[in-house]
Amino acid sequence: MSDSQTLLSIANLRKQFRITADSWCGGGGQVVSAINDVSLEIRKGESFCLVGESGCGKSTLARTVMGLETPTSGTIAYGGTRIDDMNDGARLPYRRRMQMIFQNPYASLNPRMTISQTLEEPLRFHQPGLSDSQVRDKVVTVMESVGNNTSWLSRFPHEFSGGQRQRISIARALMVDPEFVVADEPISALDVSIQAQVLNVMMDARNERDLTYLFITHDLSVVEHFGTRVAVMYLGVVCELADTRTLFAGPRHPYTQLLLSAIPKMDGSEMTHDRMQGEVPSAMQLPSGCVFHGRCPHAKAVCKTDIPALRDVAGRQVACHFAEETG
Amino acid sequence: MNRIRLFMDSDLVFRFGRDRVAQFSFALFLAFVIAAFAAPLIAPFDPYDPMQIDLMDSEIPPLWQDANTDPRFLFGTDAQGRDLLSTILYGTRISLIIGFCAVALQILIGVSIGLISGYVGGRIDSFFMRLADIQLSLSTLMVAIIASAVFKATFGTEIYGNVAILVLVLVIGIAEWPQYARTVRASVLAERSKEYVDAARVIGLPRWRIMIRHVLPNTLSPILVISTVQIANAIISEAALSFLGLGMPVNKPSLGSLISSGFEFIFSGSWWITVIPSLVLVALILSINLLGDWLRDVLNPRLYKD
Repeated sequence: MSDSQTLLSIANLRKQFRITADSWCGGGGQVVSAINDVSLEIRKGESFCLVGESGCGKSTLARTVMGLETPTSGTIAYGGTRIDDMNDGARLPYRRRMQMIFQNPYASLNPRMTISQTLEEPLRFHQPGLSDSQVRDKVVTVMESVGNNTSWLSRFPHEFSGGQRQRISIARALMVDPEFVVADEPISALDVSIQAQVLNVMMDARNERDLTYLFITHDLSVVEHFGTRVAVMYLGVVCELADTRTLFAGPRHPYTQLLLSAIPKMDGSEMTHDRMQGEVPSAMQLPSGCVFHGRCPHAKAVCKTDIPALRDVAGRQVACHFAEETG
Repeated sequence: MNRIRLFMDSDLVFRFGRDRVAQFSFALFLAFVIAAFAAPLIAPFDPYDPMQIDLMDSEIPPLWQDANTDPRFLFGTDAQGRDLLSTILYGTRISLIIGFCAVALQILIGVSIGLISGYVGGRIDSFFMRLADIQLSLSTLMVAIIASAVFKATFGTEIYGNVAILVLVLVIGIAEWPQYARTVRASVLAERSKEYVDAARVIGLPRWRIMIRHVLPNTLSPILVISTVQIANAIISEAALSFLGLGMPVNKPSLGSLISSGFEFIFSGSWWITVIPSLVLVALILSINLLGDWLRDVLNPRLYKD
């Protein structure tokens, strides 16, 4: 499966959270299944977007990839080496190669540390041999590369706006020269006017540093602008995985179709979109068969019993029993 | 310099500049601290030096009383002929030392346990919190009474007199650590889920470093607030123990033992031996508590007064 270009490969990943504590005498509590059997490959140099509504497990996937959560089962391999079962020491070189940008710029910077302390910390930790002046030069270079003023360095995070903080967060991620960056909804907490600016900073960084992104978002217009490939998630499952252009030209999975029809159009040609019925089922009790069958306009009997596998249809991967007919 | 500038620009200093009660209580507290620690310089007598004590001077009333006063003794003397002013100054010093050291010990134990408990979680958390429950179910006074009684019985009053300060600090310090552990744990639980902690984990920093460098500095304001209450409490506990005869010995009196020693003479008319140290104790505790109240209001923006 994995060719030479594959940077990150996720195979049969599952993540479950216990929501009630185990009782003292054993016996499990209730379990939320955040990720159900997800397999993905991210190739070097691409901007892989992961879209889906709130609670579909996309952030959990990102956190699991970064080692912030341990997977319940399945494997994560980086550059061909399995990383999910490594201990902290063995994982350290990979921490330097993989970095993360967070959603909430107001929580992702330590309020008691100056910007220069925040930026110097990862570098000093990973490269303890650097002299003070080398560290300072590096901080200045990275700050300037993301369009930040170097006079910010002696200040504290509360003195900055959301967009500025997010650019500082990006600078922190870039301090250790990573090759792979996970961005967990990096612009969803920002004003629309600032979103484009931050997105441009990230795109510039990609071009200058040959970065690979795993970009998590629920904003489809951002995906169209930013992504090279897209995976659509629903209730912990990947429904459809395709090149951005292929997906936006003609989605095959009914969920993707409904999602894309919900994008507002500027020309007013399609005022009516297909309304989705019902609510997302609880992740504590997953539906049998296809997780989407309860809300799917095309659902048949087989959808309630058999889980559809992700298979190649018309130049993309779709997890639907009727993918040939929905186009 | 940056830190000092930042502190001087802070909301705390600004609010302090506008609050009369805070300024007054801080000035009072500072006056007590300076007077107590400068006691060897400013006190007219050394109450620890038997050569300066004359039993003939005993129970001389304060200077503003009509009869039998002595111009050497502003606040009069106690039953042993010690100058009350000097004894109070030295006693306040002992009370403050015990208060500060006991709270320092509480912070050391409580903050470490709270930090580990909150950050690591799981069984370690359960274990420490049950330990805290057990500790809290025994009142400070009870633990202190048992500990000092056992110590006195084992080593004798002579040795106890020499190490009384240490014993009191240990007893009061150990008895009250759960206050800190619980408060810090609660703050740590709130901070742990913030993304800057995740960012530190993504960098790969070791756990202890995340705890000390990232989480701990963000839990300091509640620690500061309860510290004021705890210092006051520690001084009160010490005074109570000394009053019960389990604290500082009579030859090295703290405020509590001074109040206690004068209590026997209160009905024979020598009220000042008890009343004046009591007033000092009340003023000291009041200044600390007022300061603590103000600090709590300033550091907690959700709580505002009309």
